Amino acid sequence: MALRIRYFAWLRERMGRAEETWRCRRGSAPWGRWPRGCARATMPGWPPSPTCATVRAAVNQTFAPPPAPVQDGDEVAFFPPVTGG
Amino acid sequence: MTPTVRVQAGPFDLAAELAALTAGRTDVGGIGSFIGVVRDDPARPLRSLTLEHYPGMTEAAMAAIAAQAGTRWSLLGCTLVHRVGRLLPGEGIVLVLAAAAAPGAALEATAFLIDWLKTRAPFWKSEQFADGEARWVDAARGR
Repeated sequence: MALRIRYFAWLRERMGRAEETWRCRRGSAPWGRWPRGCARATMPGWPPSPTCATVRAAVNQTFAPPPAPVQDGDEVAFFPPVTGG
Repeated sequence: MTPTVRVQAGPFDLAAELAALTAGRTDVGGIGSFIGVVRDDPARPLRSLTLEHYPGMTEAAMAAIAAQAGTRWSLLGCTLVHRVGRLLPGEGIVLVLAAAAAPGAALEATAFLIDWLKTRAPFWKSEQFADGEARWVDAARGR
């Protein structure tokens, strides 16, 4: 299955891209996977976990703490904790 | 109540937003308002603040929280405007308006909404300092 992966804020800068496509075996989850080209030292808190303080995730534009289920065609976003207002 | 929710690059106009919120109605007893402003730090002068959002998700999350506040405080109207892109010290960054029949409800809803916007809404800030350095704002440290 294919997932549309998106990155925001410093995660996007460190990845050097805003989005990419991940191809996973159907039924497998993306959550433990390291993005291609990412260096562990530059990605604190990766891979995302429910207790990870550094990286958050959303599935289809809804906050979804790993290991939320994903399906073919889903949009999965990774980003730092938010700092709005 | 249908909230007004916008993410925009340009400045917002408080008078225009207030007029739109109350247009054609006489049942509003009070309007709570909050305007967030980009604050400079004398200890380390700020050149600009840049905001990023998640188009689609951010607007949907803002609409959902505005609807939730509307139900909880029986709001008659609600406006959330958040700016993105590059902002300068002194510029307005976020606007919250909550209209209700009673002042308590309007003020409580306003406080609830700005707290949510600051801690839960999908926005990310980076600071560009006058000394040339730039950094992403840390959620734990805040700004």
